[in-house]
Amino acid sequence: MPPEPGHADAHARTTDLPLAALWRTRSYLRPYLGQLIFMLVMACAAVSTEIIIPLLTKSVIDGAISHGNRRLLLVLGLAATVLGVAIAVMNFLRRWVSASAVTGMEKAMRDDLYAHLQRLDAAFHDEWQSGQLLSRATTDLSAIRRFAGFGVIFMITNLVTFGIVVALLIHLNWWLGLLTTSVFLPVVVISTRFERRYRVLSRRSQDQQGDLATYVEEAATGIRVLKALGRRHEAAARHTAQARLVYQTQVSKARLRGVFWAGLDLIPNCVIGLLLLLGAIATSRHELSLGGLVAFITLTLLLVWPIEATGYILATGQEAATAAQRVYEILDSKPSITGPPVQVLPAPRAARPRRRAPATLVFDRVEFGYPGAGQKVLRGVSLELEPGQTLALTGLTGSGKTTLLQLVPRLADPVAGQILLDGADIRALPLPVLRTRVGCAFEEATLFSASVRENVSFGAPDATGSEVEAALAAAQAGFVYELPWGLDTRIGEQGMTLSGGQRQRLALARAILARPAVLVLDDPLSALDVHTEEKVSHALRQILAGTTALVVAHRPSTVALADKVALLDGGVIAALGSHTELLASEPRYRELMSGEATAPGRGGEKVAG
Amino acid sequence: MTATQSWRGIATEDIEVSGGLATLLRRRARRLLTGLLRPHRRAVIGIGVLVMLANLAALAGPWLVGVGIDAGIPPLIHGGDVVPLALIVAAFFAAISAQAVTTRAFIVLIGRLGEDVVLELRQRLFAHFQRLPVDFHERYTSGRVISRQVSDIDSISDLFEDGLDSLVSAVFSLLLVGIGMLLLDWPLALVVLAGFIPLILLTLWFRRESAIAYRHSREAIAQVIVAFVETFGGIRAVQAFRREHRNEEIFSGLNQRYADASLRSSRLLAVYSPAITLVGNIAVGAVLLYGGLRVMQGDIKVGVLATFLLYLERFFDPLQDLSQFYNTFQSAAAALEKISGVLEEPPAVAEPATGTPLPGDRGGGRDVRFDEVRFGYREEVVLPRLNLDIPAGQTVALVGETGAGKTTIARLLARFYDPVDGRVLLDGVDLRALTDAQLRREIVLITQEGFLFSGSVADNIGLGRPDASRADIEAAATAIGADPFITQMPGAYDAEVGKRGSRLSAGQRQLVSFARAFLAAPAVLVLDEATSLLDIPGERAVQAALRTIQAGRTALIIAHRLSTVAIADRVLVIDGGRIAEDGPPEQLLAGEGRFSDLHASWLETLA
Repeated sequence: MPPEPGHADAHARTTDLPLAALWRTRSYLRPYLGQLIFMLVMACAAVSTEIIIPLLTKSVIDGAISHGNRRLLLVLGLAATVLGVAIAVMNFLRRWVSASAVTGMEKAMRDDLYAHLQRLDAAFHDEWQSGQLLSRATTDLSAIRRFAGFGVIFMITNLVTFGIVVALLIHLNWWLGLLTTSVFLPVVVISTRFERRYRVLSRRSQDQQGDLATYVEEAATGIRVLKALGRRHEAAARHTAQARLVYQTQVSKARLRGVFWAGLDLIPNCVIGLLLLLGAIATSRHELSLGGLVAFITLTLLLVWPIEATGYILATGQEAATAAQRVYEILDSKPSITGPPVQVLPAPRAARPRRRAPATLVFDRVEFGYPGAGQKVLRGVSLELEPGQTLALTGLTGSGKTTLLQLVPRLADPVAGQILLDGADIRALPLPVLRTRVGCAFEEATLFSASVRENVSFGAPDATGSEVEAALAAAQAGFVYELPWGLDTRIGEQGMTLSGGQRQRLALARAILARPAVLVLDDPLSALDVHTEEKVSHALRQILAGTTALVVAHRPSTVALADKVALLDGGVIAALGSHTELLASEPRYRELMSGEATAPGRGGEKVAG
Repeated sequence: MTATQSWRGIATEDIEVSGGLATLLRRRARRLLTGLLRPHRRAVIGIGVLVMLANLAALAGPWLVGVGIDAGIPPLIHGGDVVPLALIVAAFFAAISAQAVTTRAFIVLIGRLGEDVVLELRQRLFAHFQRLPVDFHERYTSGRVISRQVSDIDSISDLFEDGLDSLVSAVFSLLLVGIGMLLLDWPLALVVLAGFIPLILLTLWFRRESAIAYRHSREAIAQVIVAFVETFGGIRAVQAFRREHRNEEIFSGLNQRYADASLRSSRLLAVYSPAITLVGNIAVGAVLLYGGLRVMQGDIKVGVLATFLLYLERFFDPLQDLSQFYNTFQSAAAALEKISGVLEEPPAVAEPATGTPLPGDRGGGRDVRFDEVRFGYREEVVLPRLNLDIPAGQTVALVGETGAGKTTIARLLARFYDPVDGRVLLDGVDLRALTDAQLRREIVLITQEGFLFSGSVADNIGLGRPDASRADIEAAATAIGADPFITQMPGAYDAEVGKRGSRLSAGQRQLVSFARAFLAAPAVLVLDEATSLLDIPGERAVQAALRTIQAGRTALIIAHRLSTVAIADRVLVIDGGRIAEDGPPEQLLAGEGRFSDLHASWLETLA
């Protein structure tokens, strides 16, 4: 289902401005308030101490050296050393404390984000690419962490440094001090402007790299097609053309960096040059001592970093604010599918009886449409499943069969009508209760990078070893014992690759293990070869006998599992009956299930006799 | 693997690389790097010269400040002579201008060099992956192919972008400042340089520890990402099976591991960086004490002391930078190692420089012959000994259970693999004697996934023959029966198919890939038939297309659905890599063999 443009807004409820969003993150910092204050105190103390050292230098030159006072020199030298050690110790303490505070904060935010995302409904996840969500959970959280651990602190200490140093410079020599400060101020403008321009280029480069990555991904997954057609030179040419775009942007970035970094060195150096000239003149007019001049120059150097970094720190803040906005955009999205709260938590053991009594399942004039899409997918579907009955749902691709299945465990809600489980509207059941009673296996068997056991006991983490084995046996998934580490073998993306048929059997085992009162299966035999299909359908027949089941079927072999067949066409149930009845009475069904009606000449049914 | 992670299960990657192999890997990466830099020798030299000049100019500044104090100010105070000072200040401005110019040139040049190397590496890697055989891709998985070309290249690019200029500059700065101080006043310089001994020890410790910490945190974040992506990729299964609580436990555990790992890294920096400050600040104290004493004794002048104090700033700060960039450096080194491994992987299917010419095309396909072909993956034998003759123009269906060797036969014919023994012949010519271009003109394999690339429908069909005109493309689509659905799409042939063709149904994708093959017009067509993805009407459309496309050429079809067999002239039942039955479909059906059994059970499922 492609995302509908209008639908994306349905979940985005954020009206927060970036800065307001950033301010909201303070709740995650609250547990670390003491540490934060400590960090700030340490940072301010360290920069203030750093400023004292040039003043000691001045006294060394003007006091100790010019008067030949060795005792004073010793005292001043030792004082400088002690202060230097103190600065290092304070920096160490600040960093040590900050490390645990900000990693703790980042972890808490990531846990919350993950937990919240799991509760948002499937439609939300259809709209959002997982890459988008991932970048919020990684890049954006790092941006916030950087700002909390570094940006905020330096924003404050830089102001402190700036204030004290400027005051001292003016105190040492008022006109030289004012001049120095005014020459420095444009650097703030230059550095913020550089950051802005650099950011534009970086974003462009990221987009281009994204396009390149998409092509690389296609060429990697479509390697067989490229090889089969012998198109590697064409593919390489297309890749090179895209890589060149990245190259050009990256080189422009280097050019901008070159100008900026060279300029950043040049301006403070010019100030020093001016100071040398004007300071010397001031010294000759006895407005400034020689030691004062040296102190003046070293103090001026202390201003270089806070001023240069202004642009960078502001950018960090801006980045963190946008990141916070993006994170809260998700945390503020409300799950649209909720049930009443669970009254009594069922004990996990008791919740899974050996066999649950099959339930009745009723669809009552159910309608469903994707928001923003004109045509409704389901337009008044009514169906009744008796306890223990198996109903096969058939219809052309895109007729809404899969959509209908998803309504049962409430992965989506109908826009009109209701679904009743044992006579109760499923929306009146707490979600965990509903989903305990309904078991599903979807067509695309979703496996996770975990052991076979973990994947099978997905819906029943407390299942015993023998229960798992029984479920695997029922689903004809004995192949798992032949994997290198048996049930402990990791499967999924990060582990052993399984064939479509193998995946499907594991998904089936997973659904069986949960022992549901209603079983919902999406074409459970689709990826199996003829032999396995026979075995699995034999096993399935026994399982389906004891439970109410809704099964999507594309082929006669799957239909054969059912007691009753429903044909879904144009969003309504067009026909209902047994396979033979429908074959006889319903031309649309006949066309769907056999080769007749439209197949010209020699059809697939020729061999079938 | 710890006990708390038993849910993850075991996989081959968990078994670690031994130490001996690790050093070999490093050597391989170095060789690749020197190979990449060789064509840029002049740029490298230029960068060396520029960074040297920039640093010399940067050193001249503080020195001139000192000279100004010692030689410029006294004449001004005593005689009102401003000339010496003016000259010194002029020299200072000259020095800082030179510094700015050379710094800028250095940064731009090193940036461009880096991008040249990255571009070259991207191209080499892409081309190499395209050349590597299919069984490599299957072993290596597309995920890793992608991450070599995306995240690993990114780490190398990051190194050039954020780290390398500072790194190179820092090394030069350390060297030159050291020499400069020694020239100015060697006893005072030795006091400063003594600080280097603890710094070296500290840096060695930091390097070792942070390499470990870095690896831990990379592994930890990788697991966090996998858990995250998989959860939300499979959110329907997660919610349907009430998996939320268990997932939160698992995720929180992974997240904690990552938090611990990054805490460890941050704490290493929390020790290392202040430790450098500590040494630097003690050096300042020592210079004030000892330098002040030497000034009093008349050994040096005040200006030299000032120069030293200014130099100290330049001496210890670069080390701080190095610690910041160490992680960037490590990940780039690790990335280069992995990339060099891929680049040394030999393309198993080598092609001859010039191909043996095939007999002229008679139309109607070419003869295919498997002559005593033996094939296996590692120790497992798939085809023990296969002999098979397919006359030109015949359509052969392969049937048999999964794992019987059908796909292997198809892939040997498409030369995705080479036989271990024996030969595969096309009109009597060994496939290995043909160039890739020749081979792909004659034999085309269509896989069941019907893979489409993002772009328009026309682009995707045109992949069959890059020089085809729009009319050719439309004609191919019409012949296959794909034209009706294409013209119904908004934009028709220019309609975007979406990522991996997601805007088309499975049946439509299959038709597009047939049109592609039709356009390529090979003499031999190899087809791995689609199974589950199609509903019956979709399958009918595909089968009709199949009849069109096989006409006038030799065709080998892996039949999953027995209905496909109907269009074949000949059926081969494959069992354990051997041909168990061979004959026209009617004949096999009438017999008592496997095919008639298979067919009977298939009929049963249809009932």
